[in-house]
Amino acid sequence: MENQMKRGLLDVCVLAAIKDEDSYGYRIIKDMSPYVEISESTLYPILRRLESGQLLSVRSEEFNGRLRKYYHITPEGLKRIESFKEEWKEIMMIYEFVTRKKPAKDETGAEADTEQAEEGKKDE
Amino acid sequence: MNKAEFLTDLRTRLEGLPEEEIKKSVDFYGEMIADRMDDGLSEEEAVAALGDIKDITGRILADVPLGKIVKEKVKKVQSRRGLKPWEIVLLVLGSPVWLPVTLSLAIVAVLLFLVFYLVFWIIILVFYLVDLCIALGGVAGIVYGIALMVKGMAAQGLMILGGGIFCGGLSIPFFFFCNIVAKGMINLSRMITRGIKSLFVGRRKKGEQ
Repeated sequence: MENQMKRGLLDVCVLAAIKDEDSYGYRIIKDMSPYVEISESTLYPILRRLESGQLLSVRSEEFNGRLRKYYHITPEGLKRIESFKEEWKEIMMIYEFVTRKKPAKDETGAEADTEQAEEGKKDE
Repeated sequence: MNKAEFLTDLRTRLEGLPEEEIKKSVDFYGEMIADRMDDGLSEEEAVAALGDIKDITGRILADVPLGKIVKEKVKKVQSRRGLKPWEIVLLVLGSPVWLPVTLSLAIVAVLLFLVFYLVFWIIILVFYLVDLCIALGGVAGIVYGIALMVKGMAAQGLMILGGGIFCGGLSIPFFFFCNIVAKGMINLSRMITRGIKSLFVGRRKKGEQ
């Protein structure tokens, strides 16, 4: 996939992974893996970016005698997901256009007409 | 490689970034290894699962602005040791000499950087302009050639018409060539920025790029 596009999509995926429940790095990767493979080295800058953009907040919590960082989505983050859904409708329209089948004959009336007109000219 | 080795290596490679930045990265990757080990992987496996450390540091570096890196470097040089009183006196007394020199050096560095970007964009622009000229020349040749032929100078007209068509045709593949050049130049400028960043960041083992 085109890099720039994937970057934006992964941002939203990470937000979606913490949408319902706060989560931590490794679990985000595991939760996403059935849908999209993401590596730690990819996730880390995304989390940093989302944090500095205040789309999520971070807190440390003790787990098994060590600290683990939990990520919590902010209202801004939820808004980002909503606007993604809106944007996506547009993208789906583009997808439909790109993958559309060759139009059936009755829909190409205009084209057929010009062809006939040209043939008519030749006849003359 | 075990966890401690990995994290030390990571720290070394990120040296030069703000300490806070390094600590966050080391914490993150430490947590990742610990979580994988809780998941049943051995320490070595958990480290290996993180992938190539060069890739990891490369991505961290890509997200830190160059300005921040340079600022950190300056801060580090300043704080390496306090100035002794006589050094301060010397600095003040010597300021008419070193101040303009440093200032002009800094200006030259900034200008060089700007010029370097300017040159990149101008090269790209020139390629497209050349293409435009070829295309326009082609059109002009075709028009002039036809005009000459109409006026009765068939031989000259035909020759110029041929030249025009040739130029017009040439401008099309040349346009795609320009696109390739533009893409290459942008990639090159990205690589150079990354190169400049890595001048400031990370100690490397001998013999390693």
